[in-house]
Amino acid sequence: MEPSIPLRIAYAFVSLAVITVYGLLLIGSMARISAKVQGRVGQPVWQPFIDIIKSSGKRNSISHGIMFWLGPVFRLAGGVGTYMFVPAVLGSVVFQNFSMSGDLLLVMYFIFFGQLGMALGASEGGHPYSAIGVSRGLAQMTAFEVPFALSIISIAVQYGTLDITKIVIAQQGGWQHWTLFTNPLAVVAAMIAFLRMSMHNPFSVVIAPQEIPIGPPTEYQSNLLGMLQTNRAVFNGAKLVLYMNLFFGGATNVPVMVVKTFLIYFINIFVGQAFPRFRVDQSIRFFLGVPTLIGIAAVVFIAF
Amino acid sequence: MRTIPADIAERFEVGPLVEKRADLSTLDVDSKDVPELLARLRDRHGYRHLSFATATDLFEEGVFVLTYMLHNHEERHSLGVKCRIGRENATMESCHLLWEQMWTYQREMKELFGIDFPGSPRVDESFVLEGWIDIPPMRREFDTREYSERTFPTRPGRSTKDPATHMKEKLYPEAL
Amino acid sequence: MSDMKFTRALADPDHALKPAGRPGPLGKPLVLANDGLPEEEKAWFCDAYPTASGPYKGILENFLNWARSKSLWILGFGTGCGAIELRPLMTSRFDMYRFGIQPRPTPRQSSVFVIGGYASVKTLKRIVRSYEQMMGPKFVVALGSCTINGGMYWDSYNTINAIEHYIPVDVYIAGCMPRPEALLAGFKELQRKIRRGECEGAVKYAENFEWYKANQKKVIHDWNMPDYNY
Repeated sequence: MEPSIPLRIAYAFVSLAVITVYGLLLIGSMARISAKVQGRVGQPVWQPFIDIIKSSGKRNSISHGIMFWLGPVFRLAGGVGTYMFVPAVLGSVVFQNFSMSGDLLLVMYFIFFGQLGMALGASEGGHPYSAIGVSRGLAQMTAFEVPFALSIISIAVQYGTLDITKIVIAQQGGWQHWTLFTNPLAVVAAMIAFLRMSMHNPFSVVIAPQEIPIGPPTEYQSNLLGMLQTNRAVFNGAKLVLYMNLFFGGATNVPVMVVKTFLIYFINIFVGQAFPRFRVDQSIRFFLGVPTLIGIAAVVFIAF
Repeated sequence: MRTIPADIAERFEVGPLVEKRADLSTLDVDSKDVPELLARLRDRHGYRHLSFATATDLFEEGVFVLTYMLHNHEERHSLGVKCRIGRENATMESCHLLWEQMWTYQREMKELFGIDFPGSPRVDESFVLEGWIDIPPMRREFDTREYSERTFPTRPGRSTKDPATHMKEKLYPEAL
Repeated sequence: MSDMKFTRALADPDHALKPAGRPGPLGKPLVLANDGLPEEEKAWFCDAYPTASGPYKGILENFLNWARSKSLWILGFGTGCGAIELRPLMTSRFDMYRFGIQPRPTPRQSSVFVIGGYASVKTLKRIVRSYEQMMGPKFVVALGSCTINGGMYWDSYNTINAIEHYIPVDVYIAGCMPRPEALLAGFKELQRKIRRGECEGAVKYAENFEWYKANQKKVIHDWNMPDYNY
């Protein structure tokens, strides 16, 4: 039976809390794994929590105007919005979120919305390096959206629906039904786009920590930085859950969700550690080349 | 045994060629002949590379000695061209048209010694001393220790020891 | 450090901060004169004195101090030769990441400023500018003998002798240069001091702002920036 609205809102908060904690632990454990690969001990797994507590506990904060404050708010809204319309665990009342109220296009909109808000906020900061980072980020975003959208179109044609829950249901019944095996070209195009979405090498030029001081978040500090760090976890978790639902068969309970999203993120880290950084023009040219062709092939392949 | 090339000896009044090492020699010349001599050495005798240009303050004689160190890559030999200019209102003709990087050395000499090079690009800009309001600090009449004690406060209780006397006191106190 | 006198009545009135004495462009009274800036830029920069936001009380502050000590973000500004000792710390052998220490590229996001070695007057201007832009509880670790009493440049016309007259310092690490093990010991000491609640450099800077500013202006003669670079 359908739970009442206040109960659903309460469940949504629980689900959001779980994905936040999971996302922060994921960031921490990935940093630790990378450190072990490099032969170091590395920071503890719970370090992102301590960083957020420290950032929120700063006593001063500066602001450059209303839009500067609203930048992280938009970003967090983008992250939360992406998560809220994706069913994290199929069939679970707690983790269903509000997936009945929104479909795949709404989720894609929220992915883009966060970056736009950040762009407006960072430009208000007045720092020249923020503006450079913002222009790079938006240029790359328009590039990676092409293969991503083509792969979404291919999925929509394949399953005949844009509702994520129905897409997940269509993939149940064994691993042969996953989109990974029924429509591999779409999955390949989307995974390449995922590298850029999580800002990993070779597409990490937006944040470029040694080149321009950290890109768009250059002027952000204290509470606002805490918000951005939290959003990093939520947004990552939301995108991982979305990918799991669209391409890897979804999850029917929480441990399976954790394992699948961990492995998907691991692919990102694996590729990211091995590659240097592309310049912006190189990455745009790359995205409009092979991944777009793969996406077009995926659409054509499914249509016939 | 190196000798001064014939065309240089007949055109300029040069001092003796002093050989400091097998690959280093110095040559004294009058300050007004320096640009032509450097050009002739660079174009006709293979000293294409400018290593550095610097100044030495001979306080007792009242002159600055400017040294232009040139290097010949084929023969692996460095030649230092030295000239003397007076310490009061020190001015020297700028050689930035011979080597472009000369403007850096001339800017440094202007700031640290006070030797003016009229026409050198950006010669009046500060090099390492921003907002310097005293005399050029590499001059010998500038007392750097007194300036440091006057301007920069220290922590009281600093002392220094001569290492030899310190070790003598420590190891053989009965001998002192 | 206990013999430093913070007196409001400065011996050298030439270097004192001047209040503006005239209304600003928005009609509200200015506080700092910002003499070093050209006229048309004075409206763009901060003209207020720093305010000292003191610590909270009790268990909340203990908890926040614990979090601050476990997550020290260093400003990636190598001020002198000490910066070369920070680089081995990031590598596998000494690994500062396990203590929660990370380098950050911007002063807005970092909480520890490592003064690596000597500070020439030119660098001191940039140190002051970066230090004032840092947020909230901020800590300064001074490396090397040059920060303590001048080191080997004690009689130089261009390097300062004791950095504590210009910005407040929390931990000194002696040596020329101290080895990475010594640096790690210094960071552990900083963590202990933070947890005891003794590192309130930002508050000390705000309370004795005129004294610090007079000292800075005495050595930095071409002051072409705001009086308080917030």
